[in-house]
Amino acid sequence: MLPTDTSTTEPILKMTGISKTFPGVKALSDVALELRPGHVTALIGENGAGKSTLVKILTGIYQPDGGNIEIDGKTVELPTAEAAQELGITAIHQETVLFDELTVAENIYIGHQPRNRYGLIDWAAMHARAAAILHGIDAPISTRTRLKDLSIAQRHLVAIARALSIDARIVIMDEPTAALSYKEVEELFGIIDRLKKAGKAILFISHKFEEVWQICDYFAVFRDGRQVGAGRLDEVSHNDLVKLMVGRDVTQAFPKLPAEIGDVVLKVDGYCHPTEFDQVSLELRRGEILGLYGLVGAGRSEVCQALFGVTRPSAGTVTLSGRPIAVRSPSDAIDAGIVYVPEERGRHGAITAMSIVSNISLPSLKVTSRRNFLRMAEEFDLARKYAERLDLRAASLSQPVGTLSGGNQQKVVIGKWLATLPKVIILDEPTKGIDIGSKAAVHAFMSQLAVEGLAVIMVSSEIPEILGMSDRVIVMREGRMAGVFEREGLTPETLVRAATGNKEAAA
Amino acid sequence: MNTIRSLLARREALLVLACLLLLAAITARFPAFSTPKNLAGVFNDTSILIMMALGQSAVILTKSIDLSVAANVALTGMTVAMLNHLMPGLPVVVLILIALGMGMLLGAINGFLVWWLDIPAIVVTLGTMTIFRGLAFVESGGAWVNAHEMSPAFLELPRTLILGLPVLSWAGLLAILLAAVLFTRTGLGRAFYATGGNAVAAVYTGIDIGKTRFLAFVLSGTVAGLCGYLWVSRYAVAYVDVASGFELDTIAACVIGGVSTIGGVGTVGGVVLGALFLGIIKNALPVIGISPFWQMAISGAIIITAVVINARGERVKGRVILRRKELPL
Repeated sequence: MLPTDTSTTEPILKMTGISKTFPGVKALSDVALELRPGHVTALIGENGAGKSTLVKILTGIYQPDGGNIEIDGKTVELPTAEAAQELGITAIHQETVLFDELTVAENIYIGHQPRNRYGLIDWAAMHARAAAILHGIDAPISTRTRLKDLSIAQRHLVAIARALSIDARIVIMDEPTAALSYKEVEELFGIIDRLKKAGKAILFISHKFEEVWQICDYFAVFRDGRQVGAGRLDEVSHNDLVKLMVGRDVTQAFPKLPAEIGDVVLKVDGYCHPTEFDQVSLELRRGEILGLYGLVGAGRSEVCQALFGVTRPSAGTVTLSGRPIAVRSPSDAIDAGIVYVPEERGRHGAITAMSIVSNISLPSLKVTSRRNFLRMAEEFDLARKYAERLDLRAASLSQPVGTLSGGNQQKVVIGKWLATLPKVIILDEPTKGIDIGSKAAVHAFMSQLAVEGLAVIMVSSEIPEILGMSDRVIVMREGRMAGVFEREGLTPETLVRAATGNKEAAA
Repeated sequence: MNTIRSLLARREALLVLACLLLLAAITARFPAFSTPKNLAGVFNDTSILIMMALGQSAVILTKSIDLSVAANVALTGMTVAMLNHLMPGLPVVVLILIALGMGMLLGAINGFLVWWLDIPAIVVTLGTMTIFRGLAFVESGGAWVNAHEMSPAFLELPRTLILGLPVLSWAGLLAILLAAVLFTRTGLGRAFYATGGNAVAAVYTGIDIGKTRFLAFVLSGTVAGLCGYLWVSRYAVAYVDVASGFELDTIAACVIGGVSTIGGVGTVGGVVLGALFLGIIKNALPVIGISPFWQMAISGAIIITAVVINARGERVKGRVILRRKELPL
């Protein structure tokens, strides 16, 4: 599958010196990327390395702060998604963005339907052309089927057909295999092969090393918004890539304080879920920070959500402070002393239209009210206490949470849970998407909680955070536990190997 | 200066201003309109709308809607009027309790369907709206219950003066007070806001959003049931088409009062002022001599204006959120 004659292929796309800054975050600094026709380039990096930002720049959704983009040797501007599409750039996303209620043909031609001479949609031509494209990629799908009736793999085929219909020359695939079964992945790779033969330049983004090796010709590794390596895949080893991907300075300052590890607080045994995870067992002690590492979709959040009563496990027992507990709803979990700070602040965490006070007091209303009547003064006291502890920056506690910065919103969400005086606190990606300053504050605070005797479970996809903060680390892969590691002597390579199931790298 | 600006930025202050301007404009031509006595009459006339709009606002706060409230009024009103006609000896208090209980039951049916069958509220209440009115027809056979068929006690209660105000007005004032306490001083009230503001976050906070919506519908239905009695007794007639289209007035009062149609935002003060604003217009337009058809058009234009103002307020917020979501990490 390796290219036979790469020396003569000139890049079709050349990005140089691309930078992009968001308020408080330098997402990309001076990165470069080349894509060649008829070849697949792998883009590799941890979460937050800047891959998605680059894709968004390439598809005209973000504008870079600086840098140059060349297609066929000519400098181009990509001010809008339409402009990128006209230049032949198309992206197939993780969760393919298509329209469930429309037919396959309509999805393929949405936005550029063939017209007849009266300017109306030419349905016959649309179905005929869609069928021809689908035939070309060996996809046996009727053009009149509604998209909602297709499998995820078939949807990918439709997305690819759509890319072909606009005559794309550069196809970006953002973790296309994340939701596919083994067989579907093979089918997808068959199509990628055909796209290669048709001379398309493909950017393939994936966490899975085996796939990268199987399908890609070139690679580019991003880390912390920089390009740290690029070249031909046949010139590097698995180990080289792992090192490039994680090889940052792990001695980065993490304010982990020595906490006294006490008795077992939470014990989970043989925890199973019909679709998300299988046979998960863990023990968590007072004062301990347990890191939960794994790739996106490894089942970490799902285990935590089951512990919190959002979903129901199918088997397994949970013991809290020596007593078995049955958690049927989040309300049960809160009463028992388990709280969960979800990953997505906007969607799961804060109620942005409500004030800081109301958000913080919401799970503690039983405590702040008397005889079923809320007491505002008590709520303000509670909110003030945790706002001070978390160093929350706000003009007034009556201010709606939606008016705060991302980091401060996160503090409100954490404060809300601490106010319930939990025994176990689960933090799901606690520093995802927040600025550096707030990140350090969250880390310091997490450490402080452990010292005060709380048991902490921290789900994180950031290796430095896992290594810097955890006393112990559980690595999950595909819904199962792939390893339990003590803090001492744990290396990034060990974690990545366990999380990806990459045996060759272990050699 | 700053305090004035922040006061003006509040929906309630704007509404008070709008009501005052409206009154001033009317008074300029018809000074009699703004006498205390007439204004008290306007309030009395708007009391039912205020009560039902408050019930409706609880439902809308949870990101639902109750289209069946007017049909609830018709069915409950017809039921108590017929009971009164058939059993004139039954004390009015008992009839009021029946109205409350029946309204509560009808609201519970809505709430149950929304909660357990997970059907969108607009579909559920569109269905029950027709069913309730249909039942009113079935039980009455399409016949009217007229004033002479109702007992004097039944008719007199809403008109009875206490401290110079009719009982109907007192009912409106009591509803405002109770709603203010419920919305701002109880866990259930807070749950209304949380459920509509961010249902997922509410679940994660331990709030049962299905039960919260159910209770909002029960509340709305109970208020509508009480208003069923008040309506037929005030207008001294019960027929199938009583309060026809009134559900839209209750929704309009909420929207004008700044209750967000997507839930989670709204205040008791806003809803009351929204209802009063509509009430003033309804009472003033005939005085000015504008035909009822124009009244409907004017009410409609005001509702759209209110929605536009709401949407603009929300759009600014939306952009801030979007900007934050674009963070790549």
